[in-house]
Amino acid sequence: MIAVFKREFQTLFTGPIAYFVWALMFFFAGLFFYSYNILGGQTALTGVFDILYTISLMLVVPILTMRAFSEERRNRTDQALLTAPVSLTGIVMGKYLAMLLVFALGMAITLVLTVVIAMFGATPAWASIFGNYLGLLLLGGNLIAAGMFFSTLTESQFISALLTFAFSFILLMFDSFASLFSNATWLVTAIEFLSVNTRYQAFASGTISYGNVMYFLSMQALFLFLSVRVLDSRKWQ
Amino acid sequence: MIEVKNLTKNYGSHVAVDDISFSIAEGEIIGFLGPNGAGKSTTMNMLTGYLSATAGDIVIDGHDILNEPNEAKASIGYLPELPPLYMDMTVREYLNFMYDLKKCKLPRAAHIAEICRIVKIEGVFERLIKNLSKGYRQRIGIAQALIGNPPVLILDEPTVGLDPMQIIEIRTLIKTLGKHHTVILSSHILPEVEAVCDRLIIINRGHIVANATPKQLSEQYAGGHHLTVRVAGAEDAVVELVKKIPGVKKLSVLGTKEPGSIDLLIEQEDDADIRAELFSRLAARHWPILSLKSSERTLEEIFTSLINQPIVNGNGGDRA
Repeated sequence: MIAVFKREFQTLFTGPIAYFVWALMFFFAGLFFYSYNILGGQTALTGVFDILYTISLMLVVPILTMRAFSEERRNRTDQALLTAPVSLTGIVMGKYLAMLLVFALGMAITLVLTVVIAMFGATPAWASIFGNYLGLLLLGGNLIAAGMFFSTLTESQFISALLTFAFSFILLMFDSFASLFSNATWLVTAIEFLSVNTRYQAFASGTISYGNVMYFLSMQALFLFLSVRVLDSRKWQ
Repeated sequence: MIEVKNLTKNYGSHVAVDDISFSIAEGEIIGFLGPNGAGKSTTMNMLTGYLSATAGDIVIDGHDILNEPNEAKASIGYLPELPPLYMDMTVREYLNFMYDLKKCKLPRAAHIAEICRIVKIEGVFERLIKNLSKGYRQRIGIAQALIGNPPVLILDEPTVGLDPMQIIEIRTLIKTLGKHHTVILSSHILPEVEAVCDRLIIINRGHIVANATPKQLSEQYAGGHHLTVRVAGAEDAVVELVKKIPGVKKLSVLGTKEPGSIDLLIEQEDDADIRAELFSRLAARHWPILSLKSSERTLEEIFTSLINQPIVNGNGGDRA
């Protein structure tokens, strides 16, 4: 697992992907920090976290995960991985953790912004910042697991990114489905239960509930498990 | 070292490998031979655990590939048809990665340096793999297979796409490796396996059509040996005379290729050698032999006839 993790992490930096992803995160975080906090004079980093939430879903994760297994399969390097004495779980976890680390390091830009706020004598809203940080990390992990799963399905990086994008898009739009089914209360309840946004907003407001953490963790576990299953099933085709 | 029993692989309704069984002893170099699409790569992919068999058992060095995949995989060094190289890495990074991936316990620097020396890639150690030629990539592929010093090496078409000099080098390398490893190599080129292998397994359309040493193969399938003879004399009279020599199985006239002479193709009985008798009888009539050639069927011809013969009832039994 460690070998796969190290290689994956290194590859993200020998190619443009990690830099591109970071550039996206830094640019949008900086832009919103400038307009809300510097120009608007706010001390809360809500604007910054909101935009990070959106671009993580729509851009960052699809780009980060699109090559995970698609590229290996296209270049037949998966033969080296799958014939090595390593478990599939080890391979999947190694890749997942490498991408999660790149994502987490990109998020760390917000720490710089927090320090800037503190330097001007304002007290940052620590509970909200911590909640946002944890929420974003869980959400990112969730999406990375899903994106990686989609990359096991195809040799094409483009299709892999597109599937992840479509998945993210549905998550983002999920809440608005509830209003479509307002006369079927059980469906509304189900949608509210599954909604990523509702749960994320709880983190953003600084509330960390056991149920919400479990929701994100179990969804990650589900996609990691599915990735392993897809890789395993390929042997049996 | 390797035991394969009733191995079958179906891709949907297509049967790629049909109920094959063989075993390979320690230290043997086995040539896996067959035309493209015969099932060689599929079999190798199953041996290495990349694909799972539809039915049958594979035991590598005492470990069943299904029940103890990690132990079985650890005893195999595998060079797939396309070397699994990461183009964005240098040779050093790649071999170190494979060292970690295989959880190798041997002293790292010394082990990798030794492998590089064996496959002669020390000169490109710090270069990016994507900038290297096909010959070097193939060697790096062999190098990664050697990491961890596995007892079994499985090489899928190791010389494909190389130039003649490189082919000779890789062959010599495989021969050297065969001293300390059990090697299976596949090829669709006969002289290649003939030169390095102790035993050939010829596979065609998913069936094993032959499993023997090159020598046994020539003896078993060479058939009656042939003589081509050119005699200066009248056709009818010569044919009449030669027919009567004991040991002649079949005689055909090839026609006149030199004025005043006739060419004959003589097929001899299995243990017969009629050359001396032929000479003295013709000499008695003053019909000189202008040329005499004995031709045996080469392995190439045996191979061609083996893979062209219809599979009547292969070792798979009656499979609809």
